[in-house]
Amino acid sequence: MSISRRKFLGWMGAAGLSTAFGSPVHAAANKHFKGYPDSLGVLFDSMLCIGCRNCEAGCNKVNGLPPPDLPFDDLTVLSKKRRVNTRTFTVVNLYDHSEGIKNPLFRKIQCNHCLEPACASACFVRAFTKTKEGSVVYDPSVCVGCRYCMIACPFEIPTYEYDKVLTPRIRKCTMCHPRVIEGKLPGCVEICPNEALTFGKRKDLIKIARDRIRKYPDRYVDHIYGENEMGGTSWLYLSGVPFKELGMREDLGVTPAPELTAGSLSTVPMVAGLWPVLLTGLYAVSKRKEKIAKIEQHQAIASTLEKANAEAESKLSKALAKAQKEKDAAIKIEIKKALEEAKKTQEKEGS
Amino acid sequence: MSEKAAAASKSFFTPFNVVAGIIVIIGLILTALRFTGGLAAVTNLSDYNPWGIWIGFDLLVGVALAAGGYVTSAAVYLFGMKRYHSAVRAAILTGFLGYALVVLALHYDVGRPWRLPYPFIIQQGTTSVLFEVAACVALYLTVLFLEFSPAALEWLGMEKLRNLITKLTLVLTIFGVILSTLHQSSLGALFLIAPSKLHPLWYSPYLPVFFFVTSVIAGLSMVIFESTLSHRYFGDKMDEDHIREKDQIALGFGKAASYVLAGYFAIKVIGVSAGNHWHFLGTSYGLWFLVELFGFVALPCFLYAVGVRDKNLRLIRWTAVIAVLGIILNRFNVCLIAFNWHLPSSERYFPHWMEIGISVFVVTIGVILYRFIVTRMPILYEHPEYTDAH
Repeated sequence: MSISRRKFLGWMGAAGLSTAFGSPVHAAANKHFKGYPDSLGVLFDSMLCIGCRNCEAGCNKVNGLPPPDLPFDDLTVLSKKRRVNTRTFTVVNLYDHSEGIKNPLFRKIQCNHCLEPACASACFVRAFTKTKEGSVVYDPSVCVGCRYCMIACPFEIPTYEYDKVLTPRIRKCTMCHPRVIEGKLPGCVEICPNEALTFGKRKDLIKIARDRIRKYPDRYVDHIYGENEMGGTSWLYLSGVPFKELGMREDLGVTPAPELTAGSLSTVPMVAGLWPVLLTGLYAVSKRKEKIAKIEQHQAIASTLEKANAEAESKLSKALAKAQKEKDAAIKIEIKKALEEAKKTQEKEGS
Repeated sequence: MSEKAAAASKSFFTPFNVVAGIIVIIGLILTALRFTGGLAAVTNLSDYNPWGIWIGFDLLVGVALAAGGYVTSAAVYLFGMKRYHSAVRAAILTGFLGYALVVLALHYDVGRPWRLPYPFIIQQGTTSVLFEVAACVALYLTVLFLEFSPAALEWLGMEKLRNLITKLTLVLTIFGVILSTLHQSSLGALFLIAPSKLHPLWYSPYLPVFFFVTSVIAGLSMVIFESTLSHRYFGDKMDEDHIREKDQIALGFGKAASYVLAGYFAIKVIGVSAGNHWHFLGTSYGLWFLVELFGFVALPCFLYAVGVRDKNLRLIRWTAVIAVLGIILNRFNVCLIAFNWHLPSSERYFPHWMEIGISVFVVTIGVILYRFIVTRMPILYEHPEYTDAH
């Protein structure tokens, strides 16, 4: 294959351009993404939550979800470790906790709306979008149903409609995105009777949370869960006991999920670019070895043949010489015989 | 053998046909249940456990065990090891059937299988490792189809097309190795996004490397394993070259597998020390990790080496079985056993018998197709009219 100089320069130019205007992922590689400016979030204060399940009811209502197995005013379910599912986008659980605090402690579970969501990064058909308002929303019209988002989510939030045959969807909290863009509050926040939930700009919520910690250092642990976990989430949490005791994982780290796979994905173009060189190189080496082996074989055969020829020739000449000798000897004998015969005849004639 | 007997007695009910037939019938019933009742009707999958054995076995193990195709074709066509040539067609066929069945099994697992082309034609989620896996598997299945096609075309007598495709052998082989490097490793990279769910002894930033290296071990061992089975059940189909080279292949591939296993053992230990996870070795998961590392990596490495030194083909063939089981164990550990290790046992996953049934059904289809093809097409022998291209 031959490539004209012009074509080659064209390719190089294209490669350069794509580097210069490269994908946003690479452009932002050395920056820390802190979420869309003025994006919204919710602050949950476990010290204010009274476990009334009103938020569950509100969520159920605004999302038009099917009625629950037990009515929302049945508080006996609180002590079970419930999780979100396809019919419930949020649950409140009661947690046993260490000494010190008299009140029962609750935690509300729903999608945390990560600043850099694992689900969105893992989706191979881009069904998830982090909106500029802060919600992580899902588009069922493209979803294939591979459920890799559920593997990826560190908070185990996405749930799947396993019982649906033709239209199974991922189901999860949307932070009431449709309501928020209309200027309304999320269903759970609106209904909360004790202001355990605060809706607002995430950066303001962080300030509010810090203020509470500063004002009541005895009441709160000095940590805002969600400020940095997995790169930060739009939902933030305050607690009076270590978050572990509220069933929240403290070992998630601060690395946003997309960074966990970025390194591996970045090797793909390198392999695609270098493997052909490496492999054709190995092929060329093996071909050349074969060629050299063949030449050496030829040479060996040729030299063996030569040797054999020389030997055969010398043998032949020896044989010829021997034959000549024998012939000479035979002639001599014949001559001798003839002479003797002649002598005898002469003698006979003479007598 | 059974083929001839069947033809002679005109009986269709050979033991193979009866067993395979029963499995296929059950499989079809389960298929009907899956596509009329949804995943909930036949699986134990849950919101905590979205991936079961259809991913752990059918996808992860299936792709790893189908690696013989790229390993063998690279050895013969790229590295010039022509003495293994007779192994190529069988390895390519197994690879092709393996990948085809992986794609078939995915149709059971994903919620809306008719949307499987969506990531390519509707929206590309290029930040997803799964996108890369999907793209490579789709392309590689095409490559394997082309690599396999000469055998089918010789059988069908389509000489011109067959000759055209054999001219592409080198390009297809290189393409196959690139794609295999990418997706074999990416299957490991799938789990990089979930460090909080996979046990630290198995989670490692080197997961993609581990998966790639084990795919080479799986490929080499599967070639030994299946050539043993082929010789036993389709020995009458083999020509002299195949029978003569078969033992050489076991020795050569066994030797290579021993070396690769030694390297894999080393990088696994490096993985543990890089994460400084030594203290986990004392736990029950640690014990299980050591069983995998010593029982299914170090042991087959050693046994292969002894088998090659003593030219003990029996030992090499049994070692191939251990190595293949080791690959299955490794994929199960990463995807199912050490995954979600933090959850209480009541939330853990164990496959429903119908999930296992579908997996057995898929493997059985593979065996039936393999049998159909090797008893008809020139896989285990050279077609008398096409001895040139080799």
